[in-house]
Amino acid sequence: MIIPIDYYLVLSAFMFMVGVTGVLIRRNAIIVFMSIELMLNSANLTLVTFSSYMGNSVGQLFVFFVMTVAAAEAAVGLAIIIALFRNKLTLNIDEINILKW
Amino acid sequence: MTNLIYLTVLLPLIGFLFNGFFGSKIKNEKIIGIIGSGTIGLSFLIVAISFFQNLALPVDQRQTIVNLFTWLHAGGLNIQVGYQVDQLSLVMGLIVTGVGFIIHVYSIGYMHGDKSFWRFFSYMNLFIFMMMNLILADNFVLLFLGWEGVGLSSYLLIGFWYDRKFEKSTTSDAAKKAFIVNRIGDFGFLLGMFLIYLTFGSLNFNEVFSRVAAYNVPTHTFDLIALFLFIGAIGKSAQIPLYIWLPDAMAGPTPVSALIHAATMVTAGVYMIARCSIIYAYAPAIMTVVAVVGVLTAFFAATIGMVQNDIKKVLAYSTISQLGYMFLALGVGAFSAGVFHVMTHAFFKALLFLGAGAIIHVMHDDQDMRNYGGLKKYMPVTYFTFLIASLAISGIPPFSGFFSKDAILWDSFTNGNFTYWFIGAFTAVLTAFYIFRIVYLTFEGKERFKQDKHPHEVPKVMTIPLIALGILSAIGGFIGIPELFSGKGGNAFSNWLAPVFKNAHERLALYSGGHSHFEEILFMSITVIGAIAAIWYVSHIYLKNPEIANAYSKKFKRTYRLLLNKYFVDEIYDAAIVKPLIRGSELILWKITDIKIIDGLVNFTAKLVGTISSKIRKIQTGVAQVYALVMMLGVVLALFWIILSL
Amino acid sequence: MENSYLITYLLIVPFIGGISLLFFKKNKENLIRYYGLFISILTFIISLLLYFNFDLNKAGFQFQYHLPWIETSSVHIGYHVGIDGISLLLILLTTFLTPLTLLSSWSSIKNKVKGFTFFMIMLELGMLGVFVSLDLFLFYIFWEAMLIPMYFIIGIWGGPRRIYASVKFFLYTMFGSLLMLVAIIWLAVYASSQLGYISTDLVKLYKIGPTIPTNIQYWMFLAFTLSFAIKIPLFPLHTWLPDAHVEAPAAGSVILAGVLLKMGTYGLLRFSLPLFPQSAVYFAPYISVLAVIGIIYGALVAMVQKDIKKLVAYSSVAHLGFVVLGIFALTQEAMQGAVIQMVNHGLSTGALFLLVGFIYERTHTREISEYGGIAKIVPIYVVFLMIASLSSIGLPGLNGFVGEFLILIGSFKSTVLGSWWYTIFAASGVILAAVYLLRMYQGVVFGKVTNPKMNKLTDLNKREILVLVPIFIFIVWIGIYPSTFLKVSAKSAHAVIEQVIPSQNVSLK
Repeated sequence: MIIPIDYYLVLSAFMFMVGVTGVLIRRNAIIVFMSIELMLNSANLTLVTFSSYMGNSVGQLFVFFVMTVAAAEAAVGLAIIIALFRNKLTLNIDEINILKW
Repeated sequence: MTNLIYLTVLLPLIGFLFNGFFGSKIKNEKIIGIIGSGTIGLSFLIVAISFFQNLALPVDQRQTIVNLFTWLHAGGLNIQVGYQVDQLSLVMGLIVTGVGFIIHVYSIGYMHGDKSFWRFFSYMNLFIFMMMNLILADNFVLLFLGWEGVGLSSYLLIGFWYDRKFEKSTTSDAAKKAFIVNRIGDFGFLLGMFLIYLTFGSLNFNEVFSRVAAYNVPTHTFDLIALFLFIGAIGKSAQIPLYIWLPDAMAGPTPVSALIHAATMVTAGVYMIARCSIIYAYAPAIMTVVAVVGVLTAFFAATIGMVQNDIKKVLAYSTISQLGYMFLALGVGAFSAGVFHVMTHAFFKALLFLGAGAIIHVMHDDQDMRNYGGLKKYMPVTYFTFLIASLAISGIPPFSGFFSKDAILWDSFTNGNFTYWFIGAFTAVLTAFYIFRIVYLTFEGKERFKQDKHPHEVPKVMTIPLIALGILSAIGGFIGIPELFSGKGGNAFSNWLAPVFKNAHERLALYSGGHSHFEEILFMSITVIGAIAAIWYVSHIYLKNPEIANAYSKKFKRTYRLLLNKYFVDEIYDAAIVKPLIRGSELILWKITDIKIIDGLVNFTAKLVGTISSKIRKIQTGVAQVYALVMMLGVVLALFWIILSL
Repeated sequence: MENSYLITYLLIVPFIGGISLLFFKKNKENLIRYYGLFISILTFIISLLLYFNFDLNKAGFQFQYHLPWIETSSVHIGYHVGIDGISLLLILLTTFLTPLTLLSSWSSIKNKVKGFTFFMIMLELGMLGVFVSLDLFLFYIFWEAMLIPMYFIIGIWGGPRRIYASVKFFLYTMFGSLLMLVAIIWLAVYASSQLGYISTDLVKLYKIGPTIPTNIQYWMFLAFTLSFAIKIPLFPLHTWLPDAHVEAPAAGSVILAGVLLKMGTYGLLRFSLPLFPQSAVYFAPYISVLAVIGIIYGALVAMVQKDIKKLVAYSSVAHLGFVVLGIFALTQEAMQGAVIQMVNHGLSTGALFLLVGFIYERTHTREISEYGGIAKIVPIYVVFLMIASLSSIGLPGLNGFVGEFLILIGSFKSTVLGSWWYTIFAASGVILAAVYLLRMYQGVVFGKVTNPKMNKLTDLNKREILVLVPIFIFIVWIGIYPSTFLKVSAKSAHAVIEQVIPSQNVSLK
C-alpha cells in the first residue's frame, strides 16, 4: 500500500515546527543546535520523499549537500560555543547578549 | 590755477599721510605744525587765486569743472571724481581753507606739549581734505564722501584724548554719539540721493539741476527729495531733533570745536541745501519745513545756552542757534543771506571758540565760568577780540554779524512772514544776552578763580590768529551791505552769488519790492536796540548785582532746571530709543529669538533624532533568539502575502 | 590667449600639492608650512594668469574645457569647467586669501601642522572647484568636498565647543545640499525628456531650465536656493554661523567668512537665477524680505554681543543680507554692487577676523569687557582695526561703500522688487553698522586700560603686518578706484540679469 505523499510532508512540517520551536524557546545553546539539526533533517526528509515519489535521485543528491553543510555548520557552531563558554562560563543564550545596543 | 583746484584737496591729504606715518618719529613740533598748517595755507592761496581768476570770467560763465577720473560706473550710474569751481564753492573754499589755516596755526600753540601732537595735525588735515571734497564736488556721491569723511574726522578728533572722562561718560562716547547721530542724518541723505537718481537718472549736479525744469516731475517727488536731503542736513548741521551730538562734541580739543563744530563741518548742511536750491525751489512745502525747523532750533538752543555754566557749552548751543538762522534764511529763499551768515559766523564763532580755548588753556582746563572773573586785565588781546566777536554775534553794527543776521531777519519777513521775524528777532536778543553773559562772567567783575592759577596772555602763535579773526569779524560784513544803505545792486556779496541761485529765484518768483525802506530801518533798529538792551541787562544782573542772577534761578526753579538740563532731551532719547533698542535686542532678539527659537529649532531637530534613536535602539537586544523570532515572523508574513496574491 | 588647460592647472596644483604634502614627515613643521605657502602662492599666480588673459569684452564663459567623464547613451556627465567675470573675481579672492591665511596661522597652529596645512589646501581646491564647475554633478562634488576639510579644521583646532560647532555646521549644510541633489537629479532627468539623454551640463541646462513649467520649477528653485541660503547664511538659517566662527581657529574663520559664505551667493547667481528665471522673479520679493530682515536683525544682535568674534559673525549675516538684496533686485547697478560686495566682505571681514586672531593669540580672550585702552599700547594694531571697521561700516573712500551704495541704489530702482521699502529698511542698516562696530572699537581700543594684562601686549610683528598690508591695499584700491574690478564683472552681471529678465534695456558698459 502506497502511503500518500501528504503524510510524509506533514511529518516533515511537524519536525520542522518542533525544530523552530526548539530554536526559539530553549535556553541551552547545545539544545538550540540540536533543534537546528532537527530542522535540517526535516528538510532532508522532504527531499527524500520527493525523490521517492518523483522517481529520480535529484532529491537524494541534494540531501548529500545538505548533510555536508549541516556537518560543517555544526562543527563551526560548536567551536563558537566552546569559545563563548570559555569567556562567559555559561551556555544560557539569554545571557550572551553582548552585541546589543 | 583753477585747473589745479584738485591740489587744494590733495595737499591736505598729503599732510594727513605725512604726519600720520612720520609724525610720531619727528620729535620737532615746529616741523609738524608747519607741514600741517602749510598745506592748508597753500590750499588757501590756490583757492584765492582761483577766486580772482573766476572774477575775471564773464558773469554767466563762472563755472569751471575739473574732472579727474571715473569713480563709480555701473549700469546707468556714472560718478566721476570731479571738482566744480563756481562762486558758491569758492566762498566755502575760502572760508574752509582761510579760517582753517588760522585755526591750524593757533593749534600749534594750543596743543603744545601734547604727546599726540602729530596725530592731531594729521587728523585736522584729514578733515580739511574731506571738507574740500564736500564743497568742491560736482556730484552728490563725491559730496557724500566728504560728508561722511568729515563725520569720521569729527569722530577721531572729538575722541582725540581717548582716555579722558567727559561729564558722565567718556570722550569716546561723545565721539561715538556724534558719528551715529550724523549717520542717522546720512540715512536720509542716501534716500534722497537714490530718489534723485531714480527720477533724473544721474547724480551729477549740472545734469540733475538742468533736468529739474526739463523733466515733468510731480511736486510730491520734489518734496520727498528735498525732505530726505534736509534730514541729512539736520544730522550734519545739528538742527532739531538731531542736534544732541554737538554739545557733547565739546569733549574734543577747543581748536576742533572752533574748526569743525563752528566754522565748517556743521555748515555743510547749509552748503548742501544752498547747492540744491533749485530742488528746494520746486518743493515750497519743504522750504517751509526748513524755515520752521531753523527758526525753532534757533530759539530753542538760545534758551538753553542762556543758563549753561560751561563756556564751551554756551558756545555749542550758540552754534546750533546760529545754524538755525542759516536754515531760516534758506527756507525763505534767501540763499545768499544764508551763505553770508555762514561766512560771518565762521569768523566770529571760530574767534569765540579760540578765545575760549585760550582761557581754558590758561585756567588749566577748567571750563566752568563760575570760576572765572576779571580776566580782562590779564588777557587783554583775548578780551578785546572776544568782545569784537560778541558784538558781531549780537548783531551790533557795523560788525559783520549785524549785516548777515539783519539780511536773514529782513528776508524772513519779506519772503516769509512776521512770525519768523518775531521769533528770529527775539532770539537775537537772547543771543546778545547769553554771549555777553560769558563776557561779564569771564572777563569782568570780581576774580573768582583760585590763586593757584596764574592767568596770563597766551603766546603770539595764538594771539595772532585771534587778531586776524577779530579783524575779519569786524569788517567782514562790509562786502554784503544791504541795498538799503548801498543803493540798488549794492550788495556786492549777494550780487556775486546770485547767478548760482538764479534758477531757484526765478522759480520762487520772490517779490522783494513790497516793503518800504522805512519798515526795514524800523525792524533793523528794533533788533539792534533789543540787543543793546539785553547787553545792558546782562551787565546789570551779572556785573552790578550778581545776586539777581541767583535770585532768578531760585525764583523760576523749575524753568531753570529745565533749561540747565537742556530740556532733558538726551534723557528722553536715551529712555525712549537707545535703551529699549539695546535691551530689546539683547533680550528679545538675541536671547529669545536667536538662541531659544531659531537655534532651539535646530537643536530640537537634533534632539528629536537622538530621542527617536534611543527608543529604536532597544530593538537590538543582543539575544540571538529574538532575532530569529523576528526573522521567522517575517518569513511567515512574506509567505502569507505570496500565497494570498497567487 | 585662451589656454583652456589653465583652469585645470588651477585645480591640479592644490590637488597634487595637497597629496604630496602627506608624504612629509610630521615633525618637519616649518618645511610643511613653507611648502603649503608655496603651493598656495603658485595657485595665486595661476589665477593671475587667468586674470591677465581674460577678455573683458566677452560676456560668456571663457577658458572652457570639456572632457566627457561619465558618458553612456543615456547619461552625459562631463568635466566641464569655465569662468566668467564673476567667478574670476571670486577665484582671485580665494587664491589671494589662502596664502595670507596660511601665513597668519604660522604661530597660532602649533600641533598637527601637517594635517592643518593639508586641509587648508584641500579646502582651497574645493572652493576653486565650485567656482569653475560648469557641470552640476561636478559642482555638487566640489560643494560637498569643501565641507569635510572645514569640519576637521573646526573640529580639531577649534575652541572648547568645537565638536558641537563643527557637527552643526556639517549637518546643517549637508541637509541643504541633499535637497539640492534631489533637485539636480530631477532637473537632469527632466532635461532628458528634451535632450534624449540625462545631462548635467550647465550650458545645456541654461536653455532648458526656463522652459520648465512653473509648478515644477518653483520646487527646484526652492531646493537649490535653500541649500545656498543655508550657506550664505540667510535669516533664519544663520544660526550655525556664530558657533562655527567662534569655535573655529582664526585662520579657519578667515576662510569661512572670506570665501565659503560667498559660495552661497555665487550659487544663487550661477544656478538659481539663470536656471529658474520665472521662479527667481516670483520669489524675489520674499527672499528680499528675508535679506532685509537679516540686515537689521544681524546688526541688532551684533550690537549686544560681548564676544568680538560672535559680533563679527553676526555682522556677516548683515553684510550678506545686502548681497542677497542686490542679487534679487535684478538691476545692473545692484548686481554689480552685489558682486563687488562679495569681494569686499571677503576682504574686510577677513581682515577683522585676522586682527581678532592676532590679539587672541596674545591674550586668549575675546570678551570686549576684558579689553579697553589698548590704543597706546598697540598703536599699529589699532590703526589697522580702525580701517577694517570703517571698511565694514561702509565709509565712502573704502571698499564697503562702493558695494553698499550700488546695491542700495540698484534695489531702489528695481522693478522686480517694486517697492522703496526694501531699500529704506536696508539703508537703516548703515546706521546700525556704525553702532555695533564703533561700540566694539571703543570697548577694545579707547578708554583707560582696565585690565593689567593688557599692558604686556606686543604690537604686530612683521609677519602679521605682511599678512594685513595686501588686504588693506585692496580695501583702499577698491574704495578709490573700483573700476578695475567693476569692469571685470560688468558683462557677466549683465548676462545674468539678461538670463532672468530678457531685454531689460539697461545701459551696459
